[in-house]
Amino acid sequence: MMRRKCVLALLAAGAICLYAQEPAATPANPAAAVAGSKEDPAAVARGGKAFATYCAGCHGATARGGPGAPDLVRSLLVLDDEKGILIAPVIRDGRPDKGMPKLNLTEPQIADIVAWLHVQTYAAGHRTTYEFKDVLSGDPAKGKAYFNGAGGCSSCHSPTGDLAGFAGKHDPISLQSQWLLPRSPRRRGGAKDSASTGLTATVTLPSGETVSGKIEHIDDFTVSLRDSHNQYHSFTRNGDTPKVEVRDPIQAHTDLLRKYTDADIHNVTAYLATLK
Amino acid sequence: MKIFRLPLLLAFAACAFVPSGFGQGLDPSLLKKLPTTSWPTYNGDYSGRRFSPLTQIDSSNVHQLSLAWASRFTSSNAATGVVIKAMPLLVNGILYFSSPNNVWAVDVRSGRELWQYTYPHNTGSTIGNRGVGMYENWLFVEMPDSHLVSLDASTGKERWKVQIADPKLDYTSTAAPIVVGNHVLVGIGGDHLDNPGFLESRDPETGALQWKWFTTPRKGEPGIETWPDEYASAHGTGQTWIPGTYDPELNLYYLGTGNPNPVMAEKSRKGDNLYTCTIVALNPDTGKLVWYYQVSPHDVHDWDATETTVLVDGEVDGKPRKLLLQASRNGFFFVLDRTNGQHILTKPFIDTLNWTKGLNAKGQPIPDPAKFPSTDGVLVSPASNGGTNWPPPSFNPETGLFYVGTNKTFSMYYLTDTDPRPQGWGGVDRPAGNEGGALLAIDYKTGKTAWRHDWPSGSGVVAMLSTAGKLLFTSNGNNFIAFDPTNGKILWHAGLTAAPSNGPITYMVDGKQYVLIAAADTLYAFTLN
Repeated sequence: MMRRKCVLALLAAGAICLYAQEPAATPANPAAAVAGSKEDPAAVARGGKAFATYCAGCHGATARGGPGAPDLVRSLLVLDDEKGILIAPVIRDGRPDKGMPKLNLTEPQIADIVAWLHVQTYAAGHRTTYEFKDVLSGDPAKGKAYFNGAGGCSSCHSPTGDLAGFAGKHDPISLQSQWLLPRSPRRRGGAKDSASTGLTATVTLPSGETVSGKIEHIDDFTVSLRDSHNQYHSFTRNGDTPKVEVRDPIQAHTDLLRKYTDADIHNVTAYLATLK
Repeated sequence: MKIFRLPLLLAFAACAFVPSGFGQGLDPSLLKKLPTTSWPTYNGDYSGRRFSPLTQIDSSNVHQLSLAWASRFTSSNAATGVVIKAMPLLVNGILYFSSPNNVWAVDVRSGRELWQYTYPHNTGSTIGNRGVGMYENWLFVEMPDSHLVSLDASTGKERWKVQIADPKLDYTSTAAPIVVGNHVLVGIGGDHLDNPGFLESRDPETGALQWKWFTTPRKGEPGIETWPDEYASAHGTGQTWIPGTYDPELNLYYLGTGNPNPVMAEKSRKGDNLYTCTIVALNPDTGKLVWYYQVSPHDVHDWDATETTVLVDGEVDGKPRKLLLQASRNGFFFVLDRTNGQHILTKPFIDTLNWTKGLNAKGQPIPDPAKFPSTDGVLVSPASNGGTNWPPPSFNPETGLFYVGTNKTFSMYYLTDTDPRPQGWGGVDRPAGNEGGALLAIDYKTGKTAWRHDWPSGSGVVAMLSTAGKLLFTSNGNNFIAFDPTNGKILWHAGLTAAPSNGPITYMVDGKQYVLIAAADTLYAFTLN
């Protein structure tokens, strides 16, 4: 009886804690974090439920601590744990001296909670597993107005042409990333790399002859192109000789970087998200 | 009598350690001089200027610079092939350098390997290793599993290893140790989890801890008022992954610290978050903080202020001053008085910055809360990898110019962790555009760009070396390039097999000057043939 009362009391306390938290906190359970942590997905799912029932009342729904109960995601014991060797005894025996009761969970339940905790620490430490929240905060009507007006987008793009069905191809976060920078970002921060950027150039030789094509490579010393017949041309550069005029197909996007407000961006995203 | 005996005894003890043949110990006086026949510490000397007084290779003959040797290095324990990001040391004719889990000793005259040390396989981060430190005949290097290893420079045999952090905590142990007196100064990196940042000092003979300075304050310590509570501060990170600089006269060790944690979710760490993103001056004998200047109060964009703190004896308003220069990842160039941390100048070095509400009375950028990461994203320049980053700049006292590699990037910064107790990064940034990279020559007296070279492609964040031969060495893509440091004219280049992956160094051997650079797994030595 004592034990049941204790658990019930913890559950009641948990309800209060959860109510007090805003916004509703969701524990990390994305597939990427489960896979990365190499835990059994079924065990993690069971462990999440068991944690919510028996542990969240004190440690919080996301295991990040509550009044009087420590943050388990930053816990050195949890971070150092392998296969429950450190965590399981604590769950099994409680820490009566610190106010943590013994819960009489079964060994499989304990193992499930251990698996779920490992996913929490993995998820916090691996940003490739992070899940985006709602990016559709903008006003589609204002986005449409910007698209056709100040943004100048409609001079190159059309909702019934190249952008028809655009929203169907991308979730909102990748849609926003894609229209802002419509090329594959090769690295964080997007170092300008000529190989995959779709840059074109016209090279004017001292003789007056010109060669135009897609840039395969450009630096201060050489420029190489493929012309419209897929013929390869390569030139040595020496300062301004030969003359090289580079055209970037997304220059209009680059030019907007200093002009956009964040609201403009969110509005355009909201508008493009309507182009199913 | 005792007074005489002790030095004699020490001298005798020191002699006992000097082996015959190669690898004789490092003369510590070399660390305080401009580098000529050696490169005994990360930046060549303690000042961080990466300026060489050598003049044999100069702007009139650099067009004749050609390959002396190239040497490739392999390892059985390199996850994705060897990439040499380390700044090699050159001591008594031997080059010493590292990559994650590996250290090599190489004959500077030929590129021939003398020994290779390989560390056992482990799960630590292998993002890079910035190099070794040296004291007498001992080398010091960090391993991915957060151990500091000491090797005998003559043989590559391990002398001892000590743990500097819990390997389970996802620290990134890449920093090159810096030796000051009998202190091996050891930094650390990693902000995946909210681990404490620190710099510590180890005994070169035994590896014993001499002192440990946490980059964020604990209860009762000054600066704790810039955090909501001790818990937030103790998990506030602020790592130390780039070597600092040292002024022997002032006996101060200068260091830029990394970003606070959680990196992009700031709700649980309101306040300035000292001493993250801060330039600090420490007493290397005690680890005590002497002064500080925070270049990014309350950073939310991952802009570590770890970039090299360059020590320059210059002039301000016609008066000689002991200065400290930093081009910081947040896009601002700072000039401080290094005797006391007094602010002298702040200037943006890229013109795309959009994240501040201006500067405060101390010249610190005031972060604009409207540009804190949000769930729907905010557009910020620079991207999280910064206006500049770890590749070291150079200061040339003859031109008075500070040379630094820069990018004008934009990112959308997203908040992904809306929990009241966010953890780890708590957000991410996604590339949104790029106006390109440039080499900038900045006049430290005004902060203005004296000349610039915009690169046609590739990242602009690259390492610099300048010399009294009126040369500036740097790289772009796979090209290793020499500029005229006065006007930005390109004088020479060589295309390598990969993009240069460390900073160039230069030295004299047998009366000839060489310039050495690494590109991925290969070292290239150039000279006038």
